[in-house]
Amino acid sequence: MQIYVCVKHVPDTAANIKIVGENGFDDAGCKFIANPYDEYAVEQAVQLVEKNGGEVIVVTVGKAAAAATIRAAMAMGAHRGILVTVESQFLDSRTTAQALKAAIEQDGKPDIIFTGKGAVDSEGFQTMYRLAQAMGLPVVNEINRLALGDGKATVGHEIGGGAREVLEVSLPCVLGTTKGLNEPRYPKFPDIMKAKKKEIKTLAIADLGVSVDGARSELVKLEKVPERTGAKMLGGDVRQAVEALVKILKEEEKVI
Amino acid sequence: MATIGILIETEDGIVKDTNFGVLTAARGQGDGTIIALMMDGPADSAKDVLGKYGAHRVVQVSIDGADRGASPDLKARALAAAIEKYSLDALLGLASAQGRDIFARLAAFMDLPLASDCMAVDLAAKTVKKSHFSGKTFATIKMSGSVMLCAMRPNAIDAVEAPADATVETFPASVQDPGLVKVVEVNKEAADKVDLTEAGVIVTGGRPIASADNYNILSECARLLGGTIGASRAAVDAGFAPHAMQVGQTGKTVSPRLYIGCGLSGSVQHFAGMKTSKVIVAINTDKDAPIFEKCDYGIVGDLFEVVPVLTEVLKEKL
Ligand SMILES: Cc1cc2nc3c(=O)[nH]c(=O)nc-3n(C[C@H](O)[C@H](O)[C@@H](O)COP(=O)(O)OP(=O)(O)OC[C@H]3O[C@@H](n4cnc5c(N)ncnc54)[C@H](O)[C@@H]3O)c2cc1C
Ligand SMILES: Cc1cc2nc3c(=O)[nH]c(=O)nc-3n(C[C@H](O)[C@H](O)[C@H](O)COP(=O)(O)OP(=O)(O)OC[C@H]3O[C@@H](n4cnc5c(N)ncnc54)[C@H](O)[C@@H]3O)c2cc1C
Repeated sequence: MQIYVCVKHVPDTAANIKIVGENGFDDAGCKFIANPYDEYAVEQAVQLVEKNGGEVIVVTVGKAAAAATIRAAMAMGAHRGILVTVESQFLDSRTTAQALKAAIEQDGKPDIIFTGKGAVDSEGFQTMYRLAQAMGLPVVNEINRLALGDGKATVGHEIGGGAREVLEVSLPCVLGTTKGLNEPRYPKFPDIMKAKKKEIKTLAIADLGVSVDGARSELVKLEKVPERTGAKMLGGDVRQAVEALVKILKEEEKVI
Repeated sequence: MATIGILIETEDGIVKDTNFGVLTAARGQGDGTIIALMMDGPADSAKDVLGKYGAHRVVQVSIDGADRGASPDLKARALAAAIEKYSLDALLGLASAQGRDIFARLAAFMDLPLASDCMAVDLAAKTVKKSHFSGKTFATIKMSGSVMLCAMRPNAIDAVEAPADATVETFPASVQDPGLVKVVEVNKEAADKVDLTEAGVIVTGGRPIASADNYNILSECARLLGGTIGASRAAVDAGFAPHAMQVGQTGKTVSPRLYIGCGLSGSVQHFAGMKTSKVIVAINTDKDAPIFEKCDYGIVGDLFEVVPVLTEVLKEKL
């Protein structure tokens, strides 16, 4: 099987984000990781190839530093990588999807393209749909169950309130993965060393014929979410504290 | 004047309360026309309640020859047809599990900009405000394109009534399923009544809850408040709760009016999923727990003592 996995290079979720100017952030001073949801995608692809044979190719659109994320995916078992380089910190989902499509089509014929369910930095939740539409392929996002057979994928996902839906798509297809699908492996030292020798093909986005001017959404401002400054502590014995709380929630906050 | 469409979500045929905040957001955009689009659930019985929050027209969108279990692509195409038929300037809806999916299909199909999980919209300026960097920052995104698509975070905007006389009409969309995705089965058995992402009140238990059964203590309290229960990742990883209950960066993002955290330390990752809640209350045995630095009200105490008393007091006072 030829499986492509789209992996985004994102700031570590525990990292402190320092906003620079109106709409930028200090990416040099910030630790980056592979988008956590994309790890489920890599793990699934590697497991399928371990079972059925084939190749796992990681595709990343980002700055040159994003090669580190491709190496991390290779340490989990991916065979090759493609890095599409861009200059800007933010790229819209439409442009990203076009770049991913061009990079994949130029490289080979996918049986499955995996993505994560969403990127934890810009939280767009749409790149996989745009990629699938552009390639004329079926797409299902947020899958936590997958079974393959007969040229088809049967997938399961949650549709709210604990209700579940089972869907069927034919291959090739685009699938967005989430927690519950598998347990991403923790690479061992020899795997990390081996990953250093694997091939990464680097292309500039312009070389793929994709223009960054077609963006339909633009980040105009970034601001810190106002932090709470500390709780009002309710003292006394348990009963007194609880009564004070209920009174506040009812009369002042009016939330109950 | 703008014409704004709202994709209405229903549960067992009833309009979900979370739609009213979306209608309120639409009303805040000057005096345009607000058209409520219903793909499932009966428009007739929804007319009054949608009118109460300012809908001018309620449209039952039907698809020839398709039932409620229609493929998600077919539904997205029917919505696209409705956008064209009513010349909508914007379509708003909920960023629920289903809302996120249909909006993304629609955006890809029509090649339109989409902002998912918005906290605020400004149609005149063509901007939205949404979470970025796992809830650490807000981003203002400017969208260009003929129609703005915005899936709003449930409960992000308080619902305010503004009665209008709504009319009802039908729109039979003649669209074809591209035949790419087939719905095999929908299983609602495991479903709770109140979905976590849309609940108005959430009572969450962290690692010290110590067993699945102990969540019953929280359930009773949550039920009295018309809400539901949540869990931290530590509790999910320990097997006390299913992942569907997890709040946080790798779980659900929620924005209820009241969030009561019981035995939560206050981790960055947990807060990524709930810090936009209107009021946050923490119950923790450790007076120095970090959560007390980032919530609104705190009680130092054992959750197994405090929550039952809270339930008792609520029974008396509500
Ligand atoms: C705050 C903010 C909001 C935005 N909102 C919108 C919007 O409403 N509409 C819009 O068109 N654009 C939007 N953008 C731009 C766009 O979302 C991202 O910048 C773009 O990189 C795609 O990421 P995403 O968050 O959309 O990814 P998602 O759609 O959340 O990512 C889904 C999956 O796609 C894959 N993927 C995404 N990006 C890459 C990449 N660079 N390389 C490899 N794989 C990738 C990953 O597998 C990922 O798990 C927004 C940007 C910002 C900063
Ligand atoms: C990439 C990544 C993603 C993550 N995603 C998530 C996520 O989505 N959601 C999430 O929740 N976490 C997430 N985490 C984990 C997070 O970092 C914390 O480990 C986790 O939230 C801690 O859970 P907790 O608060 O329940 O437990 P703890 O941190 O163990 O805190 C328990 C607290 O309860 C108090 N306590 C003890 N006994 C009692 C009692 N009887 N009554 C009252 N209080 C008591 C203690 O004083 C303590 O403060 C993520 C971590 C990483 C690295």
